[in-house]
Amino acid sequence: MSQPLTLPRWIDIGLLPLWNLAIALVVAGLVVMVIGHSPWQALTVLLNGALGSVRGLGYSLYYATTFIFTGLAVAVAIHAGLFNIGGEGQATLGGVGVALMALWLGARLPAVVMLPLLVIAAALFGMLWAALPAYLQAWRGSHIVITTIMFNFLGAALNAYLLVNWLRPAGSMSVESAEFADSARMPALHQMAAALGYELPSSPLNFSLVIALLACVAVGWFLWKSAAGYAVRAVGSAPRAAHYAGIHPRAQVLLAMAISGALAGMVGINEISGVQGKLTLDFVAGAGFTGIAVSLMGRNHPVGIILASLLFGVLYQGGVEVSFELQGFSREMVVTAQGLIVLFSGAMATVSAPLFARVYAAVKGGRRG
Amino acid sequence: MPEQATPVAVRLRAISKRFGAVQANREVSFDIAAGSVHGLVGENGAGKSTLMAILYGYYHADAGSIEIDGQPAHIANSQQAIALGIGMVHQHFMLVDTLTCLENIMLGAEGGFFLAPSKAKVRARLDTLMAETGLQVHLDALVSDLPVGELQRLEILKALYRGAKILILDEPTAVLTPQETDQLFVTLRRLKERGTTLILITHKLKEVMSLCGAVTVMRQGQVVETRHIGAWSEEALAESMVGRKVTLGRPESESGLEVHAGEVRLQAASLSLKHANGVPALKDVSLTLRAGEIVGVAGVSGNGQSELLEVLSGLRAPEGGRLELGGQSFAPGAWLDTARARPLRLAHVPEDRHAVGLVMSFPAWESAVLGYQNLPKYRKGASMNHAAMREATRQMQARFDVRPRDENLGSSKFSGGNQQKLILAREIGEQPTVLLVGQPTRGVDIGAIEFIHHQLRALRDAGCAVLLVSSELDEILALADRVIVMNAGRITGELAIEDCDERRLGLLMAAQEERAAA
Repeated sequence: MSQPLTLPRWIDIGLLPLWNLAIALVVAGLVVMVIGHSPWQALTVLLNGALGSVRGLGYSLYYATTFIFTGLAVAVAIHAGLFNIGGEGQATLGGVGVALMALWLGARLPAVVMLPLLVIAAALFGMLWAALPAYLQAWRGSHIVITTIMFNFLGAALNAYLLVNWLRPAGSMSVESAEFADSARMPALHQMAAALGYELPSSPLNFSLVIALLACVAVGWFLWKSAAGYAVRAVGSAPRAAHYAGIHPRAQVLLAMAISGALAGMVGINEISGVQGKLTLDFVAGAGFTGIAVSLMGRNHPVGIILASLLFGVLYQGGVEVSFELQGFSREMVVTAQGLIVLFSGAMATVSAPLFARVYAAVKGGRRG
Repeated sequence: MPEQATPVAVRLRAISKRFGAVQANREVSFDIAAGSVHGLVGENGAGKSTLMAILYGYYHADAGSIEIDGQPAHIANSQQAIALGIGMVHQHFMLVDTLTCLENIMLGAEGGFFLAPSKAKVRARLDTLMAETGLQVHLDALVSDLPVGELQRLEILKALYRGAKILILDEPTAVLTPQETDQLFVTLRRLKERGTTLILITHKLKEVMSLCGAVTVMRQGQVVETRHIGAWSEEALAESMVGRKVTLGRPESESGLEVHAGEVRLQAASLSLKHANGVPALKDVSLTLRAGEIVGVAGVSGNGQSELLEVLSGLRAPEGGRLELGGQSFAPGAWLDTARARPLRLAHVPEDRHAVGLVMSFPAWESAVLGYQNLPKYRKGASMNHAAMREATRQMQARFDVRPRDENLGSSKFSGGNQQKLILAREIGEQPTVLLVGQPTRGVDIGAIEFIHHQLRALRDAGCAVLLVSSELDEILALADRVIVMNAGRITGELAIEDCDERRLGLLMAAQEERAAA
């Protein structure tokens, strides 16, 4: 038992996260100082690299797109009371689905038909990879954390198997599929801009960002407006009450995981159709796990997830620039900074809340008295 | 018994405490005599718990002073409270399930790196303490294996072991069976004789009358009055707590008793059910509910009443038996399902309102349609109709006097009585023909009890068939037209209300022991 925390909304979702982020940056700055660099310089280079040019901004937003998808995937599952840590595998399968569809029909269909087909393929494949663990949890009683982790490995292995044995063009030494036809490539922002007569520097940012933002709206509607979302949230926070209300928990587990997997699968659209133009090994590169941090930081809410994704996108892109520009400043340093942000903003997000509550109470009390 | 000259153990002077806009305590002053049992009563939200939390060092009073044994005390945290000889037994036990009783008592007072020597020392001291107080506890049993009554003794023992001379008991009987309650009272009387000062927070006025030497009544954060027990009666206490006259018993008009019972609404035959460990939970239970009657199910908690509600409401399928409801017949392979029960106009107020009746993380307007979420009036295509849900919640809150009248407040933020009123409003709102009610007033304050009883009677009079499961005999006697008594999963007797008295019911409730003795 402790003092009940009554923080106004603007502190709870505004000031507190910023404060946490500030602490993380201060600690990261101290680490940078310890290894003999100037934190200020590192921060400048980071921000400049991520936001200082149209091209850098494009990269930041491209990374953010992937994080929005994986973050939403984690959030939907969490609202159903499930911890989906299989975003990595589901995203991999999404890419596989995109590649199979693109290589099968890409040369024969125009982009207007092909691109929606790719989106469907990515969603379905990701969905499949999440629905299997969901089925195992709901009907067979195996824990979803264990199975989704296992399915990450299975997904990576399946991808490698398909690439090595089936999709690699004859005679090629690299483990990659053939290049997709142009109709199977999500248009890049600079290409779309060029079509409208504007010239933008090239970056991997593509139409997938629009899809990601639409996904945020759709997830918000699903969770808080739709009847299905009501049932999913009831099961997630009070399974016995849900059963009492005539909601079947098993069906909700399957539904939530299917949606979660479909969202993670959309990473395949951004990375494989949008950037690579071919299926590659390990293209998810940890984004599935970053999604957990993004969702945590974003309070499992689409708006929060967009903001957290932007932050992580900036850190990724800025981090690359820092390790490039500052001698002796390794990529691992940037990973450390990201880790600190996850620690302070995600894992310890409410540690400072009592402090704020006390300060707020004192200020308010003082004003009244 | 020593009179006026008794020393004062706790003296509270002008204690005030405010949480935001709520004045939880306002200028609270009273004395608690050393070695007495002092009752503290009041409705939910009257400020009793806040006051005791201040005394135990959880909260800091905004103003006022506390004296312990004549000395001014500044209690900054619960360690200091313990050092001053204050102990607290919470309504929800503060025990570690996976440790033994002995380990739980030692927790936080291990005294040294190695456990074995201190364990032996603690055990010796506890043996003496148990012999002195009569608080017998299996020291080596795991907490998770023990019944609630024993856990409570463990909590008291833990407080005494830490040197408590002043013991605060928060709703100690809320979770106990009548037998366990009797046992607790024997213990408490013995503690009192040893000179321990006891502060008893409770809703149950009978307990106050039988145990306490003096009673303080609180209402809306203030002390209404403190009086010697001789100057109180149950009616006077209830009136003082609520601030108006309260009638809890059977209304006078019903004493003549006409039988209202009409057509059969629900019929269950030979229900049988086993617990996961193979022990029978229900054995050959048959019952009939008719329109316009309240059938009470009496029995010591844990004798199959909860399982009966679960089976009849569709939460659980039995292994054997049949159920007739709304012109349909159900057998174990294709049992009634919770999704089908409501369309058949069967409503259910579950025993556990926190885990089952409401979704605690939902705001009131979402919890207020739970179970009815698929009704066309709450839907707009694939979306929920939020405006309609909010409007319905406002109406429920107005009709059932749910306070505060805020449909956006989280379901968990309402007091127990108001949560229960919201659930009742929801379940009664769709005009059920059969209503199953479990423990409708557990942990609910006296004003709300009166209201809930009134609503159940009104529903009965409107022709609904009501099945009432309650561990409070008084409640069953006040409401039921017919009483079924359960023991060890079977029905041991059925009495018309005019044939019921506590003695006859008690005998039927204890049927198992009789059989075993025979």
